[in-house]
Amino acid sequence: MLRYALTRALSLGLSLVVASVVIFAVIEVIPGDPAAYMLGMNATPEAVAALRGQLGLEGSVVSRYLGWAGGMLSGDFGVSYTYKVPVADLVAQRLWVSLPLALYALALSTLIAFPVGLIAAARRGGATDYGIMGATQLGIAVPNFWFAMLLVMVFAVNLRWFSAGGFPGWEDGLLAGLKALTLPAIALALPQASILARVMRSALIETLGQDYIRTARAKGLSRRQAVLRHALRNALIPVLTIIGLQFSFLLAGAIIIENVFFLPGLGRLVFQAITQRDLIVVESLVMLLVFAVIVVTFLVDLAYAAVDPRLRRRT
Amino acid sequence: MKQFTLAAALALTAGIAHAQQDTITLGMVLEPPNLDPTAGAAAAIDEVVYANIFEGLTRFGPDGAVLPALAHSWDVSEDGTVYTFQLNEGVTFHDGTTMDADDVVFSLDRARAEDTTNAQKALFAGIENVEAVDPLTVRVTLAEPNGNLPFNLAWGDAVIVAPESIEQAATAPVGTGPFVFAEWLQGDRVTLTRNPDYWGEAPALAQATFKFIADPNAAFAAMMAGDVDAFPNFPAPETLAQFEADSRFKVIVGSTEGETILAMNNAEPPLDDIRLRKAIAHAINRQDIINGAMFGFGTPIGTHFAPHNPDYIDLTGLSEHDPEAAKALLAEVGEVRPLRLMLPPPSYARRGGEIIAAQLRSVGIETEISNLEWAQWLEQVFSGKDFDLTIVSHTEPADINIYARPDYYFQYDNPEFQALIAELGVTADPAKRSELNQAAQEMIARDYVNGYLFQLAKTGVADARIEGLWENAPTQANDLTAVRWVE
Repeated sequence: MLRYALTRALSLGLSLVVASVVIFAVIEVIPGDPAAYMLGMNATPEAVAALRGQLGLEGSVVSRYLGWAGGMLSGDFGVSYTYKVPVADLVAQRLWVSLPLALYALALSTLIAFPVGLIAAARRGGATDYGIMGATQLGIAVPNFWFAMLLVMVFAVNLRWFSAGGFPGWEDGLLAGLKALTLPAIALALPQASILARVMRSALIETLGQDYIRTARAKGLSRRQAVLRHALRNALIPVLTIIGLQFSFLLAGAIIIENVFFLPGLGRLVFQAITQRDLIVVESLVMLLVFAVIVVTFLVDLAYAAVDPRLRRRT
Repeated sequence: MKQFTLAAALALTAGIAHAQQDTITLGMVLEPPNLDPTAGAAAAIDEVVYANIFEGLTRFGPDGAVLPALAHSWDVSEDGTVYTFQLNEGVTFHDGTTMDADDVVFSLDRARAEDTTNAQKALFAGIENVEAVDPLTVRVTLAEPNGNLPFNLAWGDAVIVAPESIEQAATAPVGTGPFVFAEWLQGDRVTLTRNPDYWGEAPALAQATFKFIADPNAAFAAMMAGDVDAFPNFPAPETLAQFEADSRFKVIVGSTEGETILAMNNAEPPLDDIRLRKAIAHAINRQDIINGAMFGFGTPIGTHFAPHNPDYIDLTGLSEHDPEAAKALLAEVGEVRPLRLMLPPPSYARRGGEIIAAQLRSVGIETEISNLEWAQWLEQVFSGKDFDLTIVSHTEPADINIYARPDYYFQYDNPEFQALIAELGVTADPAKRSELNQAAQEMIARDYVNGYLFQLAKTGVADARIEGLWENAPTQANDLTAVRWVE
């Protein structure tokens, strides 16, 4: 297990270095000068040059890359060009919205998908199964932003149970915060839950056809016991893979949902930073997201090993 | 949009109850990048801080008139080069320090310094010296007479700041205005509270929150759900009729300083040929663009001047929609290569661009449309001048003088026009100024420098019980000093 973990950790480190070079290079290539953007159409060239100097945009590419990468290693992510506050603070603030939202949505999606997938697999071919398959098909097909708008129209504009968006901040209390995240989390969770339920169902159906299940049943286990004790555990590997991918997606990919609900999350921060050419924020944030995705993948790898002992021995 | 119509109809019947209140939440499309109006061009900065947190020596009134602010009066010397400003007494910054002549000297010197990052440095170009005569008197000496000085000093970029607090202005601004900065939750909102020690008349509102909602659908939902009380620059004009029909809301339509133009690259072939520019001007149907791209909001213009300005002359007749005239001119010009039409993100440009491309095609001019982000547009079109046509709204007030800058992106180089603007700069007599302004308008219209499309409208939505919001936008601001709730 230790050796397995170490090899995974090494490849994690390498991926990070490669990612940092790629990110920096891509952002160098994007046209658009942050200083010119900030000062607008009436700025004099001297004022733009003065601002470029202040922002530290002069100097060679290599020295700027090393400065940035070195800073990050020591935990210094730089200062936002436009907001003028440390990137770390900005990210931390946004993370307090994005992380709870991602976890909330993931919890919802898992809570829905597990029982639904189980029932569908257990009732394979029955009316319940067909109903569930149809519903999940619809859940995948409906764009989440459209579903989000629908939620807003019904629960915010019409019923007024929720506000149409925004985030009051956690200092207003846990409940207020969770309430503000509820509609976005549901909108995010619906398609995820649909995918997960389908994966869960097919994985279960596959394992249910295996010899060891027949053996278990022959030993006298009830159908329910066989599913819960033997089939479920073996069906978890593909399900875990999907959950890992979904979490990464939920953390960084909620831009559209964040826009619909005007939530101050990471996705909107990246989006805004790109349009404003706040390059340092884009670089550091994308790097952090890469880091998060890699770590999640790493954790999923470890979880595989926990679920499937054969993986531990193989490496 | 269908689901909105239904939901809005349902919302109508729901009804709401607001208690009499002294707080307001305003929606804004863009979040200000920082809150220092003296070091950035973003309109969103002024939309939060102008007249609320920061004040200048002079200020713009709701109708665009230049009014006294921190200076209650000023005298001009006989030759027009020395302005003496008398400051109000008892003005303090929000941190408790006194605002006096030294702060004014500091602010103006900082704005015009060699290494300044002021986005409107040109406003201060003619200032030779600023000195404090006594704590309440400031003398500004100009290199040559400039009748525009009080106007220039009314801009958000010319507000008075204190040396003690300027360092933190970007994140925690300290000004002299009727509202004090309270909190900024980046990405979500900025909150201001009433300044209890304000030198002038106290505002009716105790607290104001600016909430940032970029998505037009979200803006609509936030208004309908009552999350925001007013949206002074509402991003979903297609829903305005719905608000109009709803007694809970009122729609505020006013004008802005934004001349929206189809800018042309006057220095490069083929658009260096006035016949082609004139052909394009005649090919354009302004009303179709206003109806199609702006849902009917906007006033046609025939030159680069705001129609609500008393000096404006209607020159739309010079570039009337006349496809036949356009075709005739094109026949003279001969074969024209496809023109590159570069469109920045605002909907007036993206939607307007499609319509203009179709109108040009119908007279035989082909265009290639590229959609650019602002940063890209600034680099390629504005600085790089690598374009044939572009659509942009020039939102600075009284900015016809940009046509006197031959290196400005549309590259109009006419010494006669430059002389005219130079003369305008040193003319103080109002009658003479009007005459010069009108001559300038006519000159650029007759030279067909750009296609003059329409004056951008300001379309806002507010709770019907809110009074005192600016109807027009003489500068991009949400002046809250007169805003209050009425029953």
